[in-house]
Amino acid sequence: MIKESPLTAETVVYRQTVPAGDYWMEVVKAGQTLRILDLEGNQAADTLFYAATDPSERYSAIDTIREQGNAYLTAGSVLMSTENRPMLTITADTCGRHDTLGGACATESNTVRYALDKKCMHACRDSWLRAVAERDEFGLTKRDITHNINFFMNVPITPDGGLTFADGISGSGKYVEMRAEMDVIVLISNCPQLNNPCNAYNPTPIDVLVWD
Amino acid sequence: MSDAILYEDDIPGGAHWSFTLRRGTVLRLIDLEGGANVGMLFYNPANPLERYNAPDTLKCQHTFKLTAGHCLYSDMGRIFCSIIKDSVGWHDTVGGVANRAMVAAKWGEKTYQEARNDWTQNGRDSFLVEAGKYGLGKRDMAANVNWFSKVAPDAEGTLSFDPANSIPGAHVDLRFEMDTLVLFHTCPHPLNPSADYPRKPIRYQLREAAPVAADDLCRTSRPENARGFANTELYTAGAPVVGA
Repeated sequence: MIKESPLTAETVVYRQTVPAGDYWMEVVKAGQTLRILDLEGNQAADTLFYAATDPSERYSAIDTIREQGNAYLTAGSVLMSTENRPMLTITADTCGRHDTLGGACATESNTVRYALDKKCMHACRDSWLRAVAERDEFGLTKRDITHNINFFMNVPITPDGGLTFADGISGSGKYVEMRAEMDVIVLISNCPQLNNPCNAYNPTPIDVLVWD
Repeated sequence: MSDAILYEDDIPGGAHWSFTLRRGTVLRLIDLEGGANVGMLFYNPANPLERYNAPDTLKCQHTFKLTAGHCLYSDMGRIFCSIIKDSVGWHDTVGGVANRAMVAAKWGEKTYQEARNDWTQNGRDSFLVEAGKYGLGKRDMAANVNWFSKVAPDAEGTLSFDPANSIPGAHVDLRFEMDTLVLFHTCPHPLNPSADYPRKPIRYQLREAAPVAADDLCRTSRPENARGFANTELYTAGAPVVGA
């Protein structure tokens, strides 16, 4: 569902550009609004959320999908935790659909999906592992790397049980915005994937904006 | 696969169990009464940070459901087990588990004090209890498989549970391609619309697998699976293969 935000860039309290292949890891407080902006189009922002007070509670794709009764995320979707509690609510979305089934690329999964000799190409899970190592004040490790959201990715499923990676439906300047319902650690890998036609083999930067 | 049953056992509904299965073992799950649900998670016993990864499993096989020909992948690009036979046709991998509060809200709570082992056990607590036996906990949980359950999307992605998916005697065969820690429960699927807490028993059987042939269904069902088998065979190279 396309829903524009009333918020304007003039009133942000934070704005940061995240290049493809890099990560962003910060706390967003309850009541703050987080926007992820696709600067050039058809980029994927692979995102995990953790409860800041107890990171063993984290975003759960399956609880989110089941509780809303639909496989896709858009404005109105409530992002649920592993304790089945609301973590964030998507308040605006100019893309219309985001994936939470396809997961994140990894060097190992690239060997399966593309070719065994792709194993040394940079991948989202490597960015996450660097993030949890560099930002060790959060106390996270590989153990905490779980099943994420792919903002701006289009992964349609079919009534007969198929799943496909379709061309992106995002474009330059499209964004998704969400209000935190609890203090959350946000961990984004701006996807470096070079093997998937869905980003035209061209990973590009995103902006992250926060409003009080 | 040898027809000789190495071991078989029944698990009542609303219960949980776990074991480590060796590479080269076939686990058959049998829905005794129809309408069963078996929630299951998989770990590498040598390094439990390697666990079942639903997204990797679905995207590399371009599937939303699991059935014969599919492989269940770890996050390390390896195959825990492959589905060599399936009489059901659709097993769920997105419905997750119900927790205690969800079960109580849906079916009412029967405490252990009042109902003894006919209490309303839930999938979330079941996984945490079995995980705890191996030093694992909340941080090790993942999106689980729900054998025998079907949650199908319409064209808009809206999901519905099919209560008629699994009939009495339905069964699915999982061939383990590496040693695997298996946690499972027989608690109700969270979307089961039954008016009463569904308490459905299952039987499981262990058999010795035949060696994986070059034209094996799971190895050849997609080019991705040939590479998944190559990764797994590299990992297990030198390990004794039961049945070889």
